[in-house]
Amino acid sequence: MNKKLSLKNAGTFLVFGGPSIFAFAAVVIIPFIVGLYLTFTNWDVRTGDSSLIGFTNYLEVFRDKVFLQQLWFTLKYVFFTVVIANVFAFFIALALTRGGRGEQWLRTGFFTPNLVGGIVLGYLWQTLFSQVLPYLGAKYGWELFQTSWLTNTGTAFWALIIATAWQLVGYLMIIYIAGFTGVPNDVLEAANIDGAGRTSVIRRIILPLTVPAIVICIFISLSRSFLTYDINLALTKGGPFNSTELATYHIVQKAFLSNQYGVGQAEAVVLFAVVAIIALTQSYLLKKLEVES
Amino acid sequence: MNANRRILPGLRTGFLYLLLFAFLTPFLLIIMNSFKTTQQFFESPLSLPTTINFKNYASAFDNMDFMQGFMNSLIITGISVTIIIIFSAMTGYLFVRYKWKVNSIFFFLMLASMALPFQVLMIPMVMLYGNMGLLNTKLTLLFMYLGFGVPFGVFTFHGFIKGIPYELEESAFIEGSTTLRTFFSIVLPLLKPVFVTLLVLDVLWIWNDYLLPSLVLLSPDQKTLPLSTYTFFSSYSVDYAPLMAGLIMTIIPVLIIYLFLQKQIIKGITEGALK
Repeated sequence: MNKKLSLKNAGTFLVFGGPSIFAFAAVVIIPFIVGLYLTFTNWDVRTGDSSLIGFTNYLEVFRDKVFLQQLWFTLKYVFFTVVIANVFAFFIALALTRGGRGEQWLRTGFFTPNLVGGIVLGYLWQTLFSQVLPYLGAKYGWELFQTSWLTNTGTAFWALIIATAWQLVGYLMIIYIAGFTGVPNDVLEAANIDGAGRTSVIRRIILPLTVPAIVICIFISLSRSFLTYDINLALTKGGPFNSTELATYHIVQKAFLSNQYGVGQAEAVVLFAVVAIIALTQSYLLKKLEVES
Repeated sequence: MNANRRILPGLRTGFLYLLLFAFLTPFLLIIMNSFKTTQQFFESPLSLPTTINFKNYASAFDNMDFMQGFMNSLIITGISVTIIIIFSAMTGYLFVRYKWKVNSIFFFLMLASMALPFQVLMIPMVMLYGNMGLLNTKLTLLFMYLGFGVPFGVFTFHGFIKGIPYELEESAFIEGSTTLRTFFSIVLPLLKPVFVTLLVLDVLWIWNDYLLPSLVLLSPDQKTLPLSTYTFFSSYSVDYAPLMAGLIMTIIPVLIIYLFLQKQIIKGITEGALK
């Protein structure tokens, strides 16, 4: 099996690897390289002119106050989404790993928002926020709901977080459940016999033993919320007055509507770097807390 | 004590069902109101519908070109998922059984690419394929889904195939079977558990994807369901009753599959996430 690749077995390579490697290279590798090159040019879609301009695009990214504002907005959005979705998912999962009756159904139910794509999900919440909640506000005189949440910058921000977290909770719950099932029963029993209370069992045993699941969940929720696009498009369309444009939304607008491909691509690269740094730091820090049972 | 033991879990389950009910209220509200007129919805969005009529559904069905969107989504999802699974299984097998240098280079590249967000690739991709005049056909979209789906597919199959003893294939080779035949008649049937995982994850991804089709498919007759939903909402933005019926209709196909396959779906998600 350790024969070298030669003309004789090149056929095997082409048949088994050809289609997937070709598609992978054409869709991922080449665009990635071209994309990096693109950030150093002032490529113009209409004329097709392009010349190397060094780091000008990157400088422009950092000089673009709007993008920086939106990046900051994205960071805040990601932070709250990740915290809220993970806390809810953790406790729902905890309640659903005791082998009680109906657990399967409850899990199935909490997972359903994940079947729905971002566009449909965004419009669903848009209908609720713009029609149903103001109706409640008017009927019962609740000030919080008097006007649609989507017409005010601060509340539109929370609307976006609620809709995203709602979808993420079920997905993260499934991973947490898998993590909890890995906690050995004898450890839990020993704690019970020693008279440990529910909170200290969670804090001292369940939390440290499920660090791998927590790392994965935070990683998934981080990368998913950093790249949110369709929920943003359907729920707020970046409004009111472009105040709720998340980074991805901004990049799509920049590249495909204002035809600034080079700057847009530089922004995408900066966004990618931010996501990578945050995701790697969190898994490094959390991994340090990992223990063996 | 004994009574406590019986009552407490009951209370907890009851509370959890209540929580689930609150959690799913958004769906329930949309379903309820999809049977009312827009006027009734504005006046009392919380009341139960007095009649069950499907007028809104009929109107949404026509106005969002539901059938066309549905067929496009079905074709694109069906073909992409099939080719992703078959080709990643073959490549996974190649990478496990043949330790050539090219193989390990491509395997490494595929692993690394999984950390790469689509947003970094989309601009150059649209630019390149646009320049070559390849946008606006389903074929290009299928090819792109294959390219994006292959890394995770290969990775998952690779992990599974490593655990299959080589002896099974060896005896086939001794009897003169070709690599291709051995793969399809001996290895492929063993990969069933991985099929299910990939099938679930890829179907949910491609069926619900909006950004990529919105960049590639430009003409109205190519639209997938998420794209038709978007257009429908942009053009009907005040007539809420048919809009809600449209939302429910786009959710129903996945919901039906989910109700039949929920165990496999939950298992697929678990395995996909922990890999």
